[in-house]
Amino acid sequence: MSGAAMSGAGSLGSVVRRFLLEYGSGTPSRLKVLDAYLLYVLLTGALQFGYCLGVGTFPFNSFLSGFISAVGSFILGVCLRIQINPQNKGEFQGISPERAFADFLFANTILHLVVINFVG
Amino acid sequence: MAEHSAAEHKHKPAAAANSAATLNSRAGAGAGGGAAAPAGWQSLLSFTVLFLAWLAGFSSRLFAVIRFESIIHEFDPWFNYRSTHHLASHGFYEFLNWFDERAWYPLGRIVGGTVYPGLMVTAGLIHWILNMLNVTVHIRDVCVFLAPVFSGLTAISTFLLTRELWNQGAGLLAACFIAIVPGYISRSVAGSFDNEGIAIFALQFTYYLWVKSVKTGSVFWTICCCLSYFYMVSAWGGYVFIINLIPLHVFVLLLMQRYSRRVYIAYSTFYIVGLILSMQIPFVGFQPIRTSEHMAAAGVFALLQAYAFLQYLRDRLTKQEFQTLFFLGVSLAAGIVFLSVIYLTYTGYIAPWSGRFYSLWDTGYAKIHIPIIASVSEHQPTTWVSFFFDLHILVCTFPAGLWFCIKNINDERVFVALYAISAVYFAGVMVRLMLTLTPVVCMLSAIAFSNVFEHYLGDDMKRENPPVEDSSDEDDKRNPGNLYDKAGKVRKHVSEQEKTEEGLGPNIKSIVTMLMLMLLMMFAVHCTWVTSNAYSSPSVVLASYNHDGTRNILDDFREAYYWLRQNTDEHARVMSWWDYGYQIAGMANRTTLVDNNTWNNSHIALVGKAMSSNESAAYEIMRSLDVDYVLIIFGGVIGYSGDDINKFLWMVRIAEGEHPKDIRESDYFTPQGEFRVDKAGSPTLLNCLMYKMSYYRFGEMQLDFRTPPGFDRTRNAEIGNKDIKFKHLEEAFTSEHWLVRIYKVKQLDNRETLDHKPRVTNIVPKQKYLSKKVGSQ
Repeated sequence: MSGAAMSGAGSLGSVVRRFLLEYGSGTPSRLKVLDAYLLYVLLTGALQFGYCLGVGTFPFNSFLSGFISAVGSFILGVCLRIQINPQNKGEFQGISPERAFADFLFANTILHLVVINFVG
Repeated sequence: MAEHSAAEHKHKPAAAANSAATLNSRAGAGAGGGAAAPAGWQSLLSFTVLFLAWLAGFSSRLFAVIRFESIIHEFDPWFNYRSTHHLASHGFYEFLNWFDERAWYPLGRIVGGTVYPGLMVTAGLIHWILNMLNVTVHIRDVCVFLAPVFSGLTAISTFLLTRELWNQGAGLLAACFIAIVPGYISRSVAGSFDNEGIAIFALQFTYYLWVKSVKTGSVFWTICCCLSYFYMVSAWGGYVFIINLIPLHVFVLLLMQRYSRRVYIAYSTFYIVGLILSMQIPFVGFQPIRTSEHMAAAGVFALLQAYAFLQYLRDRLTKQEFQTLFFLGVSLAAGIVFLSVIYLTYTGYIAPWSGRFYSLWDTGYAKIHIPIIASVSEHQPTTWVSFFFDLHILVCTFPAGLWFCIKNINDERVFVALYAISAVYFAGVMVRLMLTLTPVVCMLSAIAFSNVFEHYLGDDMKRENPPVEDSSDEDDKRNPGNLYDKAGKVRKHVSEQEKTEEGLGPNIKSIVTMLMLMLLMMFAVHCTWVTSNAYSSPSVVLASYNHDGTRNILDDFREAYYWLRQNTDEHARVMSWWDYGYQIAGMANRTTLVDNNTWNNSHIALVGKAMSSNESAAYEIMRSLDVDYVLIIFGGVIGYSGDDINKFLWMVRIAEGEHPKDIRESDYFTPQGEFRVDKAGSPTLLNCLMYKMSYYRFGEMQLDFRTPPGFDRTRNAEIGNKDIKFKHLEEAFTSEHWLVRIYKVKQLDNRETLDHKPRVTNIVPKQKYLSKKVGSQ
């Protein structure tokens, strides 16, 4: 398996480049904003995880609530992105973009109420 | 156990008629679907049927209240009641921080952190609301009637779930089934104030919301599902079933190539929000990320993220490019996940499976390693009889429903099939888990019955006025977004028409219908009979029946607990076997050493050792534990089989597990390997503390003229040691039928008594000094 990966490694750069190109041209700007948000949340989560690896998890509930808050926001953002993506319209007939955003806000409220309760 | 032979028949026809009425009106709902104003009629009928199901379920759970009184049953409910009472009188925060110094003396127990608080909070909340509205109800009545009321909610959530899976008619049938099925009634009669009473509602409702969110892919429904899951976590340890079944569903959907973005949304949101919600319960704490029971959910979550990401990439890239990335990505991801799981397990971040879960996979495990789990009767494997006893005709029909579901498979029917298969397995392993099987059996049987009725009741109407379609299709019309029900429905519709062309005669149809109705009628009668005879005994108050049918109430337990409450020091410590710990704390309000929350095995083993040692060795243990009174249950006079002598071997085994040098199980058997209390019994048994306390002065008692004195009715034997004398104990109380005996542990003597005669040194007595004075009197 690693051999296959090795042989493909040369073309990897070109694949990524083409992918980025296509992403830049084929994605609506609304989704791009959302992707920026997702990237930000992802980095926040990665930062917290790195902190936990380097420094330790001492107030464990605080670490957990911070990390889960990041993961949860990321997941909810991805859900919103899937639901408002015009390509997926057929799959979510009952859900308009406005409804999806309202759901997103509702879910975030619940999630962060719990996170605040848990952070201690 | 008390004999309920000729139970009061007058309640039975009432409840049976009730349930029969509900069943008949359901049949009406199926047949009358094509009336003039279908939607209105249908919802009116559904409401009526659900209301009647609620009523039937509620009233058939009242046998115990009508026969005895409004009283808390059995063992665990007494603790729940006591803590609910604490919650109601001291407030929520006081309850969460409650340190109970009256249990597990001298250790104590942090109650707030070691219970699932959902039940207490629910009862406390209802009590608070009622009192706000100036309805003055005692908290005890709220506790007694909580489970019957929740059974109605269970019926409604089962209706909703079955409607999502199949159609409305099946949903109504399922609601009627679950309302009266004995497998569920056994845990939810009035007075049985236990976690399961509300947990089954939470379970069904969570599953309903899960199916709903998989169907719609809406975040809103998923969040509702999480909240319901949170309620379930707060109510019962069985939430582990949910957190394993739902990932299993997702995993099987992935394997079946049924992945969709709806599943991704539903599961990802459910997992992450449910994870943090479940960690809010103090008793659960960090378990969801630390123990192996929860790791499957985490694994499926990671898998789903990877799968979804790859799906996203595949949509964007060509096949060649994708393959390049795919191999790299998959091999990297799999390697990282695998290594981290191994690393975490080795470094001890992830705890291995706990004993109770091991015994689910390996049924012999508990018997060998953890006798305390094996000793509980509800942890025994289920017998075949109890399947039929608890589920009756449903156990025969539910495979048919399962087959219908598998034949017309879609996303949510995969779920119910997995639910059925896993629940059947677990119910076979442990009697107690029969409870998780019951709802799914009700749903699948309802599907089977509803299908049959659709064929044999619906076609007549169709022939008379062909344009009117049957109720299930109307259901589809009302939710046009409901696409993937169609495939199954259409096929069925076609086969129905073929049947009509074949021309089933009206005679056959009516015969089949009659037969089905007969079965349902018999089911209703059986349910009522089982409820009334088997599941409606409080077991705190016993009843026996004379030959002429009159009833004797044996109220020994409460008599003895009341004696303790009134006649002993407030801080007296009572030693008993753990079964009675909650009752002593709840009814007698005295400190106990061990109770039904069996968290400390070695403490229990110490009590078991005291019970199974001889008197002087036991006295040392009891002194070291500060025991003031010892309470035992003795059934030899009235023939009550659940007494301490019959449980005695478990005490020996548990004690042996911790103190193998002092206690050996084989010592308590005769050389032939029998456990006998008569003269042939082993001398160790005949001199141990439990034996002596049970049979103290029993040898003087002749129960009737056919048997010798000291004849034990439970074990049908004349006892072997009739001359029992105590040195360190004295009898303090024995209840009317000798069911409860309480002994007082004497303090140490002021002066050590000599075990030999004082040596006489001088034979010739000295002349004693005698006063010459004569008393002034």
